[in-house]
Amino acid sequence: MTEINLNTSTVRSLNEALQGAASGGKFSISNTGGKHAVSVGLTTAINVGINGHVGYYCAGMNQQASIAINGNAGPGLAENMMSGKVHVTGNASQYAGATAHGGLLVIEGDASSRCGISMKGVDIVVGGNIGHMSAFMAQSGCLVVCGDAGDALGDSIYEARLYVRGQVASLGTDCIEKEMRAEHKEQLEELLKQSEMGHNVDEFRRYGSARKLYNFDIDQVDAY
Amino acid sequence: MSKDNPALIESATFPRHVVAEIQRAARTGIYDIRGFGAKRALPSFDDLVFLGASTSRYPLEGYREKCTTEVVLGGRFAKNPIHLKTPITIAGMSFGALSAQAKESLGRGATLAGTSTTTGDGGMTPEERGHSKILIYQYLPSRYGMNPDDLRRADAIEIVLGQGAKPGGGGMLLGQKISPRVAQMRNLPEGIDQRSACRHPDWTGPDDLEIKIQELREITNWEKPIYVKVGATRVFYDVTLAVKSGADVVVVDGMQGGTAATQDVFIEHVGIPTMPAVRLAVEALVEMDMHRKVQLIVSGGIRSGADVAKCLALGADAVAIGSAALIALGDQSPEFDEEYKALGSAAGFWDDYQAGNDPAGITTQDPELAKRLDPELGGRRLANYLNVLTLELQTLARACGKSHVHNLEPEDMVALTMEAAAMAGVPLAGTNWIPGKSSF
Repeated sequence: MTEINLNTSTVRSLNEALQGAASGGKFSISNTGGKHAVSVGLTTAINVGINGHVGYYCAGMNQQASIAINGNAGPGLAENMMSGKVHVTGNASQYAGATAHGGLLVIEGDASSRCGISMKGVDIVVGGNIGHMSAFMAQSGCLVVCGDAGDALGDSIYEARLYVRGQVASLGTDCIEKEMRAEHKEQLEELLKQSEMGHNVDEFRRYGSARKLYNFDIDQVDAY
Repeated sequence: MSKDNPALIESATFPRHVVAEIQRAARTGIYDIRGFGAKRALPSFDDLVFLGASTSRYPLEGYREKCTTEVVLGGRFAKNPIHLKTPITIAGMSFGALSAQAKESLGRGATLAGTSTTTGDGGMTPEERGHSKILIYQYLPSRYGMNPDDLRRADAIEIVLGQGAKPGGGGMLLGQKISPRVAQMRNLPEGIDQRSACRHPDWTGPDDLEIKIQELREITNWEKPIYVKVGATRVFYDVTLAVKSGADVVVVDGMQGGTAATQDVFIEHVGIPTMPAVRLAVEALVEMDMHRKVQLIVSGGIRSGADVAKCLALGADAVAIGSAALIALGDQSPEFDEEYKALGSAAGFWDDYQAGNDPAGITTQDPELAKRLDPELGGRRLANYLNVLTLELQTLARACGKSHVHNLEPEDMVALTMEAAAMAGVPLAGTNWIPGKSSF
């Protein structure tokens, strides 16, 4: 285990060490102090434990690494993640998992607005609630919400799947509730298992695209 | 004829093209979406002329005395700045809007001429990377095809906040151009209209942008220059904020800049022309003592070496061309005139880039049409054109006595119209008058 203290090391030297690490390496980071761009651009299957709160873009563009944050995360957590796993014990601010292409993002607490915006294949599991405009223009992947969802969930959604256990304040344009078939329950069960959320899949509802706005139609112009 | 026949006097308020547009709107119920750039007459660099050397200035000998054109971009913070042989770069255009062959041609042409080319929405193709010695990777709001491997493969990163054809607007790649490959790269179903967002999904405002730039630098080991591109609107403030956010290079795209698919009303009515945009951008850099420290690239309707020289004289470090580069590849070629006519247009007028049926095989994803463009030939044509622009630029610089094209300055020019004098900040020819700065 390599320990890096951000009171004495810079974010630059931290990222340099993590980006150059061979797969299997283990790192523990302390005194994060809300710093930005912590543990970004990782490319190998290393384990990174972060003790403390982090600022913007923690775990940005992650590839293969498993990053656990024991604290809260600022805006843009795991933005554009490609693969690997990012796990936050606390809450996450705006745009968590934005545009992420793959991997698994787990937020034990709440996520703020625009969680999963333009997501492109990532799976996101939120233990608590999510804010408004989440999954806006979400292209693919799954967003699982164990609590409630804010206004305009899934606005202009493409092919992403949304599973919500609690209340949905409102659905966005072209987002509708859809039938939970066996394949969806199986997928959800697997995601809950991977993220260690002990909920029954029968408590969730599924939402997705009505696909009415995929091609411009003048008769749909009032949708906006 | 109209004087002889009052019945045929055309209305200045409702000329034929306006009448046709009203009829088209009534027929279809949708605004006009098209490609290319602004078509209406705008104050332009044609309204500026150089004051060649004479008794009070000393010219350089053409073909004999050196007038260098090399430019270095992005040395403010990046470990590996960009070195170009000529200050004329290729602007960002997407694979999706353009065929793979067209993107390859741009890379080949730029490389032959010693300059850079730029990706666009939809990500980086292997053809483009493989044939571009210097490739700038656009970081766009949609993040289609965005991945850190390509980010690291790029030579510089251009964060796009807007473009001159549509500042404040996103993009739309219509379903007819969403081929299986384009769909796969963008992670969306085939054949659907693909919306490119108008603003970035994970930040708001210049304070966040500063942090975003930090993240991109961290991911790329502080090696790559970071460009910030804006559409020309509130140029002074936008350039100031881009510099404050940590940009190495600022790109300002005037309203003549081209597009693959935008509403006509947007193209013609939002943004300011390139000429005043250059002056405003330079004023911002000078005020921050960042002129030549943060480089300025200007684009939007650049056509000739004269346009390039005038941009540089106003203080730009380099220019970027888009529409002109496509024309050099073969867009608008008379060779396809009959086919353009069959589509209701003609060579030299074609602007339906969004339709995907470009006879020249450039703004299309149709494999049969795309085959019409030979990337080697296209690249050669583009290199020829870039070389001509550079030679023209040197010709004008030598005439003004400059041994490097960056030594051109506003003092080398005068304006032919009051509008150009005010916008460019150079005197009206035959006077010392710069409207807005000095009294007549």
